[in-house]
Amino acid sequence: MKPFEIVEEPIQSQRYVDYVLHAGAGAVTVFTGHVREWTHGVRTLYLAYEAYIPMAEKTLAQIGAEMEEKWPGIKTAIVHRIGELHISDIAVLIAVSSPHRKAAYEANEYAIERIKEIVPIWKKEIWEDGEEWIGAQKKYPGKGKK
Amino acid sequence: MDRRTEKVSGEREEMNMITVNYFARLRELTGKTKETIERGSMTVQELLDWAEETYPGFGKDTVHVAVNEEYALKEDVIQSGDNCAFIPPVSGG
Repeated sequence: MKPFEIVEEPIQSQRYVDYVLHAGAGAVTVFTGHVREWTHGVRTLYLAYEAYIPMAEKTLAQIGAEMEEKWPGIKTAIVHRIGELHISDIAVLIAVSSPHRKAAYEANEYAIERIKEIVPIWKKEIWEDGEEWIGAQKKYPGKGKK
Repeated sequence: MDRRTEKVSGEREEMNMITVNYFARLRELTGKTKETIERGSMTVQELLDWAEETYPGFGKDTVHVAVNEEYALKEDVIQSGDNCAFIPPVSGG
């Protein structure tokens, strides 16, 4: 595994937890984002994720660097799965270890917000009666943004 | 360094080539994952204008451009040989 990666196979959570765990870590937070069946009353059959893989892995690593700058002493791994994902599958996993829990919680939440802003990954929802690419970019991703 | 100056004239034309990649909605709209544009240089804004003209419904106002895997600004200049990507609104997570 790589600490910041895009995969096509099911995400094996323990790998990323093991990667961030070390003797100096007193806390590990693991966020997993899953495929949800119902969104605003519409039933999803499955999702199709697509990525610009090399840039996505670079931007995940960039987010990791931003996190380590904001919360020194943390160790991070982020993985996003692409391809066809079904209800309850893990789409994204963020593992963060830190000496004390506060940083691990805060940095983990920061990571998912940044993923939704800048990482070139796209989700298509497939319903019983149609499909649509989802996307609502909050702001211009910018260059070298903090 | 301008790589084009090193080429003999016969090869010079091949270097007028900007690669663009399409993803998600734009891949479906264009029916392509990538193509090359015969231009020596152009700004990001010019590339977006070209895309809108070539593919009606492109939606250039919501699309960002990455040049060599880095987000670029509208006034940035793309050079021949650069690898560009149109980035529609992202929806990871």
